[in-house]
Amino acid sequence: MTAPAWPEVVVAVLLVLSGIFVLLSAFGFLRLRTFFLRMHPPALAYTLGSWCVAGAGALHFSMLQGQVVLHPLLIPILLAITVPVTTVLLARVALFRDRLGGVEGTPPSLKVTATPDTAQDQSE
Amino acid sequence: MNALLDHAITFTLGCYAIASMLVLVRLVRGPRAQDRVFALDLLYLHAMLIVLVTGILHESEHYFELALLIALFSFVSSAAMAKFILRGEVIE
Repeated sequence: MTAPAWPEVVVAVLLVLSGIFVLLSAFGFLRLRTFFLRMHPPALAYTLGSWCVAGAGALHFSMLQGQVVLHPLLIPILLAITVPVTTVLLARVALFRDRLGGVEGTPPSLKVTATPDTAQDQSE
Repeated sequence: MNALLDHAITFTLGCYAIASMLVLVRLVRGPRAQDRVFALDLLYLHAMLIVLVTGILHESEHYFELALLIALFSFVSSAAMAKFILRGEVIE
C-alpha cells in the first residue's frame, strides 16, 4: 500500500455521507406535499452532497499525485452560483402559475395591493 | 484500490441510483410543470455526482471536466425551461 490509510478512510466517509445526503434529499423531494415545501430538501444535495464528493475527490487526487489538487472544488462553487438562480426562477414560476390558476392560499401580487402613491409612481 | 474505498463507492453509487429512481417517480407523477423541471434539475445533479464518483473509482481526472459540463448544461436547461413556463418564450 503506497498511500497512508487515513486519507482513504476520510474519502470513504465523505463519499458515504454524500450518498446518504442525496438519498435523504430525494426522499424528501418525493414525500413532501406542496411544491414550495418540496423545494427545500434538494438544497441538502446541492450543498452538502456536492461539497462532500468534491472534498473526497480533492483529497483522493491529492494523495494520488503527491501534490495539492483543488480543482474538484470548482464544481460546488459553480453550483453555489447557478443553483440559487434556478431555484428563484422556479419559485417565481410556481407563484405566477398558482396566481394564474387561482390556487387557494396564494399570496397576492404586490401590484394589486399598491398604495396610491406607488400607483402614481408607476403611471409617471 | 483499497477494499474500504471500493465498498464505499459501491454504496454511494447505490444511494445515487435509488435517489434517482425516487426523483424519477416525482418527474413522472409531478402534478405541475415546475415539479418536473425541478426533478430534471435534480436528475442532472445526480448524473454529475455519479460522474464524479466514477472518476474517483477509475482514478482519472478527465471525469471532472465532464461533471463541470453537466453542471453548466443543467443550469442552462433549467433556467431556459423555467423562463419558458413563466412567460411562454425563452428570450424576451
